[in-house]
Amino acid sequence: MAELTYRDAVAAGIAQEMERDERVVLLGEDIGAAGGVFKATVGLFERFGPRRVRDTPISEQAIIGAAMGAAMTGLRPIAEIMFSDFFGVCWDMIANEIAKTRYMTNGQVALPLVIRTANGAGSRFGAQHSQSVENWAMAVPGLKVVAPSSPADVKGLIAAAVRDPDPVIVFEHKSLYSVKGEVPDGEALDALGAAKVLRTGKDCTIAALALMVPRAMEAAERLQAEHGIECEVIDVRSLVPLDTRTIMGSVVKTARLFTVEENPRLCGWGAEVASLVAEECFWDLDAPIVRITTPHVPLPAADSLEDATIPSVERIVDTVQRAMG
Amino acid sequence: MTTLEQARPLSAADDDIGREKRLRMYRMLLELRLCEKRAYDLFLQNLVKGTSHLSLGQEAVAAGFALGMRRDDYTFCTYRGHAHTLARGAAMAGVLGELMGRACGVTAGKGGSMHLTSVEHGAMGSYAIIGAHLPVACGAAWSAQYRGTDQVTVCFFGDGTTNIGAFHEALNFAVVWKLPVVFVCENNLYMEYTPIGTVTAVAHPAADRASAYGLDPVIVDGNDADAVFRVAAKAFERARAGEGPALIEAKTYRHSGHSRADPAKYRPQGELEQWLQRDPVNLYRERLVTLGYPELDLRSIEQDTARRVDEATQSAKASPTPALDLIHKDVWANGGSAWRN
Repeated sequence: MAELTYRDAVAAGIAQEMERDERVVLLGEDIGAAGGVFKATVGLFERFGPRRVRDTPISEQAIIGAAMGAAMTGLRPIAEIMFSDFFGVCWDMIANEIAKTRYMTNGQVALPLVIRTANGAGSRFGAQHSQSVENWAMAVPGLKVVAPSSPADVKGLIAAAVRDPDPVIVFEHKSLYSVKGEVPDGEALDALGAAKVLRTGKDCTIAALALMVPRAMEAAERLQAEHGIECEVIDVRSLVPLDTRTIMGSVVKTARLFTVEENPRLCGWGAEVASLVAEECFWDLDAPIVRITTPHVPLPAADSLEDATIPSVERIVDTVQRAMG
Repeated sequence: MTTLEQARPLSAADDDIGREKRLRMYRMLLELRLCEKRAYDLFLQNLVKGTSHLSLGQEAVAAGFALGMRRDDYTFCTYRGHAHTLARGAAMAGVLGELMGRACGVTAGKGGSMHLTSVEHGAMGSYAIIGAHLPVACGAAWSAQYRGTDQVTVCFFGDGTTNIGAFHEALNFAVVWKLPVVFVCENNLYMEYTPIGTVTAVAHPAADRASAYGLDPVIVDGNDADAVFRVAAKAFERARAGEGPALIEAKTYRHSGHSRADPAKYRPQGELEQWLQRDPVNLYRERLVTLGYPELDLRSIEQDTARRVDEATQSAKASPTPALDLIHKDVWANGGSAWRN
């Protein structure tokens, strides 16, 4: 068991798959010689060479289009979009081309590719470099979507994404890159579509994703210590496929559900989870489902404003405590 | 500096293209023409439900390139893609059936007229968002380069595409990575309903942009299938030799409107008639006659093609509509569409 940062675990996951499968290639802006702006691809260029680790121009449509064309003709590309906000400039490629082509061609075209991107707030970069856009991807049929919260998960889920025969978007969280965690030695291979119960509890369920997971865990500690509320914390991990069984299994036990999401309020992933739970577990619930979200605003840049905008440990504690009170 | 490729002087020796290829070319031109005409007839009978963008008048571009391609080469084209898909060898019944929403369609009715695809023939898809497939074609070319095959990717698009960002991203990318991709602009003079010249900064929308990417500007008479074939052969040879991409502008004209909804009233009087004088199918037939191909051989090809189009039409008409369970199939590689457990 080694302790790795989240960013090193990303590189380790990619390296593991490139080592295993010659068809795996990497492309993106500054990912090669520079090792990535978040240093999540450090060492790959030196190890696998410029043929397999290719720097591209700042041309997001070309990056994603090239990944698609390569995937449909036998390669297993991993494309990096530096910030998930930039999905806006290649959304046609992602939502219209990659997501739909297998379906439109009646299964003639396979698209085994991965799009990695740095998602989320916390870096004081302002509204165009800080969004959480995993809900955009979740809304498009044909895309698989994961958002790992720990070094071990990001390594194993990248491996699973690379081996999956369908397009997978891996939302890495930029505020997690420097976080350290234990990563098991040897081959890492996780499963898409599996949530994880990180903490058991009988009083309520908190479903969280990515950066919101460590915050939910810290909030759960405090709720236990300060208010005697025992929270079950679920790391949703995968939005598509969605592990409704694990989430609903917990709700049936606790009869209360809170979602903690970094998405702005309208149509955040928690809305879909809340809708499913309301529809299928209504009689198991003791009280309304509560969504803890970023307000429906673009993100402000100043540290004080950004911190007050995305859900904090305090906000989770207050919201749960008041609702459970 | 523009290279205008024109048909070379003809000789009874049948020059560089040869008898076998010329007859195949004529057969292909006719197939594309008659099948498109049949598609139009089927609209009029309300058997084609959605939109459709015909290549009538532009057949020589599809035929000239396809004839020069190897079986394992890749074609990417636009929603005006019936001719390109047929030219790679997709069955006429599959194409007509797709237009009609029948189970026998090349994508069983899931793609429709604008998304004809036949991967087994190297027809890697028809793309209906302008410009999108140019970067995708780069990816296929990159894959061929990476795998060390000498496959060529050919990417067809219209004149309007030259004004969208993806065109410029793809060209730069293809040159920087020296990809074996041939970009072919079918300049039919109109961006949908608007004359291309009124919305483009340069006279030749593709060729005049070539120098921005260090490429040679190439313009070819897109109504002359032989000229197209020769330009294509040269570009393929370079691409297979690892010398990188090409950008070719084929001047042509669509005989019908942009789509089935468009009567093309915006065209100046007499323009269509002028272009009909240079109809690519008639031009080719005249050339074959001049070269001494027996009239009987040509008639036999014509009759045979007409019969095959009729048979394909009958077969498509007889095909059932797709099974409703197709709705939930093939979102994922496992054949299904499940998004939860």
